[in-house]
Amino acid sequence: MGSATVTDTTVDRAVLFEFLLRMGDSTLVLGHRLSEWCGHAPALEEDIALANTALDFIGQTQLWLSLASEVEGKGRSADDLAYLRDARDFRNLLLTERPNGDFGKTLMRQFLFDAWHHLCLGALLGSSDARVAAIAEKASKEVAYHIERSRDLVVRLGDGTAESHARMQEALDDLWPYTGEMFVNEASDVALVAAGVAPPASLKAEWDALVAETLSEATLKKPAEGHMHKGGKRGIHTEHLGYVLAELQFLQRAYPGAPW
Amino acid sequence: MATATLPSIEDIWEWLAQVPDPEIPVISITDLGIIRDVAWDGDTLVVTVTPTYSGCPATTVINLDIERALKEKGLQRVRLERRLSPAWTTDWISAEGRSKLKTYGIAPPVDGTAADVTLLKRLDRLSGRSSLTVGCPRCGSSRTEKISQFGSTACKASYRCSDCLEPFDYFKCI
Repeated sequence: MGSATVTDTTVDRAVLFEFLLRMGDSTLVLGHRLSEWCGHAPALEEDIALANTALDFIGQTQLWLSLASEVEGKGRSADDLAYLRDARDFRNLLLTERPNGDFGKTLMRQFLFDAWHHLCLGALLGSSDARVAAIAEKASKEVAYHIERSRDLVVRLGDGTAESHARMQEALDDLWPYTGEMFVNEASDVALVAAGVAPPASLKAEWDALVAETLSEATLKKPAEGHMHKGGKRGIHTEHLGYVLAELQFLQRAYPGAPW
Repeated sequence: MATATLPSIEDIWEWLAQVPDPEIPVISITDLGIIRDVAWDGDTLVVTVTPTYSGCPATTVINLDIERALKEKGLQRVRLERRLSPAWTTDWISAEGRSKLKTYGIAPPVDGTAADVTLLKRLDRLSGRSSLTVGCPRCGSSRTEKISQFGSTACKASYRCSDCLEPFDYFKCI
């Protein structure tokens, strides 16, 4: 890798490391969820699209976790971070670990995530940390295609048959309480935002506008504001993450250090 | 190894132009525009490569192919460096590369949309408010329709020609 250069002096390394884990863990867990669809989607094109999206996420995970590894500086590689941490040390959004459900629910989860991801990466293009900005630049091009697709399908299924409409509304109602976490400003966020590394809280207004516009087009009713689950950013997860990790990490746990 | 006999940078570009893309072997890695720089660092050749898609499985194969090709030409010291920014764009695919793609049956990326990564412009395109004509690589018709934004690899979308009715891959803009 050559000599690692640590350019950040204004941001605490541990805080930056946490932020990078959030980005990388969210794409890792959602990428894994999407890969569960491989061979099971309702149409070949959708199967391929889900697998391609999963692949983009795994690639982005490599970028985020490689940088996390470099910032941490303790000799843990990106693979070590992905395969050898337990659930308590994961920082992904709870939304990303929600089970797939039916195809509509997977797409609703995808849209709610993509809308945040797209806006977040857009803001990170201007990050004061050039390494973060470079990853955002790369990933945002891929994510532009993700949001284009998930938004289109949410509209088509929401404004579709009575059956698809009902399922999309149910998916939305079920997933909505997991969206608030995207915008919770923890103490560590504040330091990163102040240093210009992480996106500002104004992201929420943009997300609200994009989601409201899409839901309206999809003839879906935005759920009333209520309790929002949180904890992913602090490693407090739902019971589902452990099962995801059991599958994701099995090989490296059973055969430590096994390479390709 | 005599230092006076280092191959010229021009020769090295020529050699790299012979390395095929592992997924689409009709085009070379230089046609794709992923080689961003070739330079000598003492007697070590530094090749700077940018990934197409961050999760593209071909990336590792491409790196191995570059090292093998240069070793075959007698270069013992080669270092590959990854450059993320500026991010790869299909605008960097050469004219020759585009022509080869089309002959191979893959519609080349349509110019001018690669930079449109902003959501609103994409949504315009999605809703038909902007025109993007992807020509059929087989019969040349412009009456084509998108089947899926995602195709056989991350870099391609699936299209179908409304005239000759053949399905085809479109190398989508990024």
